[in-house]
Amino acid sequence: MIVVENLYKSFGDKKNPVHAVAGVSFTAPDGQITGLLGPNGAGKTTTMRMLYTLMAPDQGRVLVDGFDAVRQATEVRTRLGVLPDARGLYKRLTARENIEYFARLQGIPEALISERVANLSQRLDLAEILDRRTEGFSNGQRVKTALARTLVHDPKNVILDEPTNGLDVMSTRSLRKVMLGLREEGRCVLFSSHIMQEVAALCDTIVVIAKGRVVASGTAEALRELGGSSNLEDAFVKIIGSDEGLMA
Amino acid sequence: MKMRWLTVFWKEVKENLRDRRTMMTTFVVSPMLGPVLFAVLIGMLLSLEKDRSEKPLELPVVGAQYAPNFVAFLEQHGVKVLPPPKNSELAIKARDFDTVLRISAEFPKQWRAGNSAEVELLFDPSRQTAMRAIARTQGLIESYSRQMGSLRLLARGVNPEAIRPIELRQTDLSTPESRSSQVLGMLPYLLFLTLFMGGMSMAIDATAGERERQSLEPLLINPLARGEIMFGKVAASGAFALTSLALTLLLYLIGFKLVPLEQFGMKLALTAQGCLFLFLLLIPLALVASAAQTALAAFSKSFREAQSQVSLLMLIPALPSMMLMLNPIKPLLWFYAVPFFGHNFIIERVVRGEAIETIPALIATSSSMLFAMVLLFVASRMYRRESLAVSA
Repeated sequence: MIVVENLYKSFGDKKNPVHAVAGVSFTAPDGQITGLLGPNGAGKTTTMRMLYTLMAPDQGRVLVDGFDAVRQATEVRTRLGVLPDARGLYKRLTARENIEYFARLQGIPEALISERVANLSQRLDLAEILDRRTEGFSNGQRVKTALARTLVHDPKNVILDEPTNGLDVMSTRSLRKVMLGLREEGRCVLFSSHIMQEVAALCDTIVVIAKGRVVASGTAEALRELGGSSNLEDAFVKIIGSDEGLMA
Repeated sequence: MKMRWLTVFWKEVKENLRDRRTMMTTFVVSPMLGPVLFAVLIGMLLSLEKDRSEKPLELPVVGAQYAPNFVAFLEQHGVKVLPPPKNSELAIKARDFDTVLRISAEFPKQWRAGNSAEVELLFDPSRQTAMRAIARTQGLIESYSRQMGSLRLLARGVNPEAIRPIELRQTDLSTPESRSSQVLGMLPYLLFLTLFMGGMSMAIDATAGERERQSLEPLLINPLARGEIMFGKVAASGAFALTSLALTLLLYLIGFKLVPLEQFGMKLALTAQGCLFLFLLLIPLALVASAAQTALAAFSKSFREAQSQVSLLMLIPALPSMMLMLNPIKPLLWFYAVPFFGHNFIIERVVRGEAIETIPALIATSSSMLFAMVLLFVASRMYRRESLAVSA
């Protein structure tokens, strides 16, 4: 479970700071998919970076299974599987070597690693590309490999930053299946997106972020009601208060 | 807890062994650079030496007809007297000749009167290569002058020694080894250069390169301290630097065996044991170089910036070596506590085949280990910065 309490983060010089995140709170429970929905530049990625211990919040705190993301970062990191916006595979290594590297960094016993890799390969349909260098992989192959790397230490909590970005329909569908599977296994799944249909189709809870703040949260139905529109897209535009963010 | 930095270390080694550019710099360019530069330089110096001492000295003389005896003396002493150029000053400026001797028309009159007869030597002392010819000509003129002076005194019944209260005799104590070490003064720097070049491309790639390819962010989310990740990377580039160093030492060892330096009065005492000692001596400096490069690569904002800054870093260890080449001094004990500077003296001793002194080697090793620790600390601070992973 991930609990986010009143996060603040600003960048730039002190006189003229940019408030990327200005008061974000939400809870992502186990066995559920929670979606962070917001236009580009709303502060989704910055919020997630604070969740997965890459950045320290200026204010507020993040608890992952009860562990503080700043003070108990190592505990938090073993409990988190993260697919960052930047997939960042090593081009000169094969998919298998990429996954094994992260397994070792997570401290998984050597004897267990090949078994884990075999399982993930089956689950994510990696067999064909497993022993190829990742240079020249398609977007879908890259995301699959990065996802295997994310899940190799069997994390209770999974954070996915814009996982469907740049994927075709088939890859998106299989990715959704994987996410639903993770929920079935009782994991806490948190993912960000700017695509309303996707969030509506998958999420148990949607947290809408705009200009660094949570402007609404609830189920898709609740949000439609809140926005006073049966169309989620219209509701979304009403909730964030303008459509400028969509173009930004 | 397993030493997870080793995981980072092996991944960097494996990944970089698959990179052709890194392989070229580490295993070809960096080890060969020193020996090739050296071979060219020694070759040039040797052929110059040979030229100068064996070739007859060519000397254009203006007004040779005024002093036939003097000119005959010069010819007896290996000077090839040439007819003068049209314009002596221009000929020297144009580097047609190193020097021109001009005998004035007054010479016979002054000579007969028993006064000092004037000759003029034209040359440009800013031309290093001409200095040997000039010195030789000056020496010959001096010695003719002294001979004739003595004869004049004897003719007047005076002992020539009366005007020479001091007779200077010079004793050359340089050995072939010490003479060759003048040329070898640049060897320490070339070894430092190999250390810096050997690990450079890996250090840049593992930090600035990973950030540029956006793989640093996923890497840093793993449950190990950033310092551990940093150390794995520094150790990997240090290992490449040492591989480069080992190869270059091997090349020097083979090269000095093949080149007949003794023939030119130079003797090198670089043995296999000496090479091994140098390798061990320079291990802490490999760590210094890699830690400094990694810290700088982590500090820079982009891959390109990292490349230019890390390349500039190579010039720093050149400073003490250059200074010592221009102004050789005797080492004081505290010199050894300054990394690179102190190593210069130890390397020179090894190359000259002198016994290795324990205390300086210990001082140099511990001080450079300490310096490496400081740089590792700086690098870990750089790695802990929040902006490190977040690429533009």
